[in-house]
Amino acid sequence: MKAPISWLKDYVNINVDIEKLAELLTLSGSKVEAVEDLGKSIENVVVGKIVSMDKHPNADKLKVAQVDVGKEVIQVVTGAPNVQVGDYIPVALVGAHLPGGKIKASKLRGVESYGMMCSIEELNLTSDYLPDAPENGVYVFRNKPEVGRDVKEVLGLEPVIEFEITSNRPDCFSIIGLAREASVTLSTDFKKPEITVKEEGKGKASDHASVVIKNPELCSRYAARVVTDVKIEPSPEWMQRRLAAAGMRPINNIVDITNYVMLEMGQPMHAFDLECVDGGNIIVRTARDDEVITTLDGQKRQLDSSMLVIADENKPVAIAGVMGGENSEVTSGTRMILLESANFNGTSVRLTGKKVGIRSEASNRFEKGLDVENVIPALNRCAQLIEELGAGKVVPGIVDCYPVKSETVEIELNDKEINNLLGTDIKREWMLDLFEKLEFGVDRDSGILTVPSFRADVRVQADLAEEVARFYDYNNIKPTLLSGKSSTLGRKTYSQKMEDLIIQQMLSFGLYETYTFSFTSPKVWDKMRLPKEHELRNAVVITNPLGEDFSIMRTTTIPEMLGVLKTNYNRKVEDGRFFEISYVYRPIEGQMLPEERKVLTIGLYGNTDFYYLKGIIEQLFAQMNIKDADFSPEKNHPAYHPGRCARVTIGNTATGYIGEIHPEVADNFECPARTYIAVLDIKTMIENSNMTKEYKGLPKYPAIVRDIALVVKNEIPVKDIEAVIRQFGDTILEEIKLFDVYKGEQVPEGMKSVAYTLTFRSPDKTLTDDEVNRVMENILNGLKTDLNATLR
Amino acid sequence: MKEQIESIASEAMEKLENVQDMKSLEEIRVLFLGKKGKLTGILKGMGALSPEERPVVGQMVNEVRKQVEDSILKNKNRLLQKEREEKIAKETIDVTMPGTLLARGKKHPLTQVLDEIKEVFIGMGYEIAEGPEVELDYYNFEALNIPKNHPARDTQDSFYINENVVLRTQTSPVQIRVMENKKPPIKIICPGRVYRSDQVDATHSPIFHQVEGLVVDKGVTMGDLIGTLQVFARSLFGEDTNIRLRPHHFPFTEPSAEVDVSCWGCGGKGCRICKNEGWIEILGAGMVHPKVLEICGIDPKVYSGFAFGLGVERTAMGRFNIDDMRLLYENDMRFLKQF
Repeated sequence: MKAPISWLKDYVNINVDIEKLAELLTLSGSKVEAVEDLGKSIENVVVGKIVSMDKHPNADKLKVAQVDVGKEVIQVVTGAPNVQVGDYIPVALVGAHLPGGKIKASKLRGVESYGMMCSIEELNLTSDYLPDAPENGVYVFRNKPEVGRDVKEVLGLEPVIEFEITSNRPDCFSIIGLAREASVTLSTDFKKPEITVKEEGKGKASDHASVVIKNPELCSRYAARVVTDVKIEPSPEWMQRRLAAAGMRPINNIVDITNYVMLEMGQPMHAFDLECVDGGNIIVRTARDDEVITTLDGQKRQLDSSMLVIADENKPVAIAGVMGGENSEVTSGTRMILLESANFNGTSVRLTGKKVGIRSEASNRFEKGLDVENVIPALNRCAQLIEELGAGKVVPGIVDCYPVKSETVEIELNDKEINNLLGTDIKREWMLDLFEKLEFGVDRDSGILTVPSFRADVRVQADLAEEVARFYDYNNIKPTLLSGKSSTLGRKTYSQKMEDLIIQQMLSFGLYETYTFSFTSPKVWDKMRLPKEHELRNAVVITNPLGEDFSIMRTTTIPEMLGVLKTNYNRKVEDGRFFEISYVYRPIEGQMLPEERKVLTIGLYGNTDFYYLKGIIEQLFAQMNIKDADFSPEKNHPAYHPGRCARVTIGNTATGYIGEIHPEVADNFECPARTYIAVLDIKTMIENSNMTKEYKGLPKYPAIVRDIALVVKNEIPVKDIEAVIRQFGDTILEEIKLFDVYKGEQVPEGMKSVAYTLTFRSPDKTLTDDEVNRVMENILNGLKTDLNATLR
Repeated sequence: MKEQIESIASEAMEKLENVQDMKSLEEIRVLFLGKKGKLTGILKGMGALSPEERPVVGQMVNEVRKQVEDSILKNKNRLLQKEREEKIAKETIDVTMPGTLLARGKKHPLTQVLDEIKEVFIGMGYEIAEGPEVELDYYNFEALNIPKNHPARDTQDSFYINENVVLRTQTSPVQIRVMENKKPPIKIICPGRVYRSDQVDATHSPIFHQVEGLVVDKGVTMGDLIGTLQVFARSLFGEDTNIRLRPHHFPFTEPSAEVDVSCWGCGGKGCRICKNEGWIEILGAGMVHPKVLEICGIDPKVYSGFAFGLGVERTAMGRFNIDDMRLLYENDMRFLKQF
């Protein structure tokens, strides 16, 4: 909402400068977004009259004018095509400051020039503000202002304050509402416009028009006045300027008056050409599904039965509260008008506006719910301005259809409760005075407050508390720190601490944390090589996404991690090392909400391999003290290299996958050929972690160490070899350590050599070689029998 | 004989004085003290001496032997010392070369800011609560006093899964879930991811993060809210930071406020960061609306509370002077390394 300062000053005494006003209003709840001074940076520009004009001796397109600027007559060279002798024009004198710079005396093609005739662009104005300005050329004053006067004064260039109005305060979507706020904020006088209507037209309004409301739930009041002998012409300059400064384009006197009243009073108005309203009968009803209306902006709009329209006997003439129809538009030929001032249901206007795709100044106000008691004053203010501007004759009487009366709301002021809520000690008298200024009905004895009809946002004691607090100034409330309230223990839960530990571990492995979007495109399924019926394709779908790329909630984090790797690979980052802790979302049959599971995702490329990734995870498990973790070959995950992927389980719980990404998938996501990704379920890891620690005695007796090298078939995983060694290792086998795997000339084709260091120890004696030899023999026999492994 | 011994002694001492390496030292030892060495030779020739001469010569030889042995030891130590020094002199490395330890990774700037926020509030006795991102419309809107068709729903355009399920537009639904399940006193913060239908640009993202705070107890005042936010702002932005509250409107708090902090760039004088306003808006806050308490089964006549919420991205961008929100989700390692 833009408020020209002079308009505010019509109704409130402003006794501070504009910066202070902006600050104080912001702190009392009317947030000032900006103060725009239209006259800013325009200095020393005055009204001049062209006394004579000659051709420039050296240039065809230039003219040399003698201009009377009051104190003197100066010579000005101009290229403007539109000026003539006798014109009154804005002249920037030598030394003048304009948005484009400073004016100096200069020679133009050899002829002295002591100033510049200005176009509106040079004055930083738009044609909205001065609609009579030529498209190309110098602005010419129509009303012949006094020569030598400052143009800022003549054009009424003034500061305009732009407010951000919250949705609960439709009353502040008006000059009057803002003036009221300002008066309470500044403790100065506030006066409303004095509205009187002479009603010089013939007959009665009801002779010309009638109003029927078919849907009172959507329109609680519809009031109309009739104006005859309408004379359509431009509205006066002062009105045009205020409208333009407030951001509205001046059209003609009638339309401008309705807009002016809307801005001033907050009540949208509409004027119909009454001769276009068949029978003069206004019917407020919902539209039929087959009806169409062409709105004032020239667009055809399809209507439906959810929308409220203003109709005559035969056709809709306006979409209620949204926009008028072209068929009843006020034009230069209009002789008689019907002025509408009505109260429409906010939700209905909002939904209708959304459906037809219009958000107008009117609908923007109706949406928030307007004051039904403002309907008549606004209508009368409109009639008054029509009379004052000589735009027509107002016919006596108002056709007022008011089926749903507004209810008066009373709240008993509880100053103690308010002070308790705010933590203040504000006097009851101060509060009562405040509510009086805010136009509440105040019964000082009982403390019963009658909420004014324009304050639908005030309904409970907490609302009163806000009124008190904002004029007391929030920042005058003494800061306290919950002293004397129950004490609570601030801490993280076990899970939250374990998550911190996971992050710390990842950082210690040189991984960088990432944040990626949690919605994605269904196209990633094919890129991941997921078969048509794969469970990961079952995703939560967004009905109104920003686009296909953001249309489903991810069921796996692999695509986003591949995206991160791609970005960095493309940008020549040599070694990509990343991790993320984030959610995946999986629909659950029969439940409203999906399952949200937190996963740890690790992505690597560059100087790395499968075992580096596995090492990270093993170390993580070790730090979390997770036992029973198992890595088994997984050949069937479509996104992974079938020979380089492991399924991770903890106990018997599936925990995730680690491995090299399938070369085709890596290609599809434009990642390097050797790309490694692990995805692990965080809840499973945390549930299987164990942070209780207990000391076990250090070994008292020495260990015996034996190295063995075995020759086995290539495809036998070391996990199986170790299982056999452990099985036959007896209680004295303490540790198995793999130290070499070799394939090549020294071993037969299809075989590999696997070398281990085995450590034996007894907790209660020194072992003898014989004892160890016996166990070693069992182990070797077992390996021979179970895996056909031989000593190398 | 005596002259011979003396000559051997002086020869040995001279050689030892001049010895330059361990190998020569050993040769000298063998030459004089070895089985076939010169002194040993004298002892072997003692048989030819008279019984009177023998002890005299024997003593002389032993004295010389002792003298030579001592000198060998002394020179051995001298040579060892010299060798070590030479070795050390050769072993100089370039200590300005980089260390070989694998560089530690970095936390994402959003996590770093979140950690700081959590630390401040845990210190003040808060716990951390979490809730679902795919949320019931009821929790995201209705229970927060935003009924269907409320205009406030427009200001935070939401992604819908179906009529009743929405991607949460704020972390406030966690408040409701906590209040439904826990009796006061409640002191929680709820960090989390939220979704709004905004196109991606330098200052907008359809996905961003908030931290919500909630306190419900007997006698909680707006003064408590202001004091709490003051402590928070000073912990996060520095001891000299001031806060300023401006009345605002949220359907789920009353009174409601927007909260500014004095600009971290200029301290309030006005600069590029705060667009010359001296203040930067970081928070929305207010006293929990009595209707919201009622909906959650908490008697507003007995209990009161405050709530606040802040945007993590905006805070992080302010803290680290990041000018484009997209950087936070691009995950370029050269960006991540800077924090």
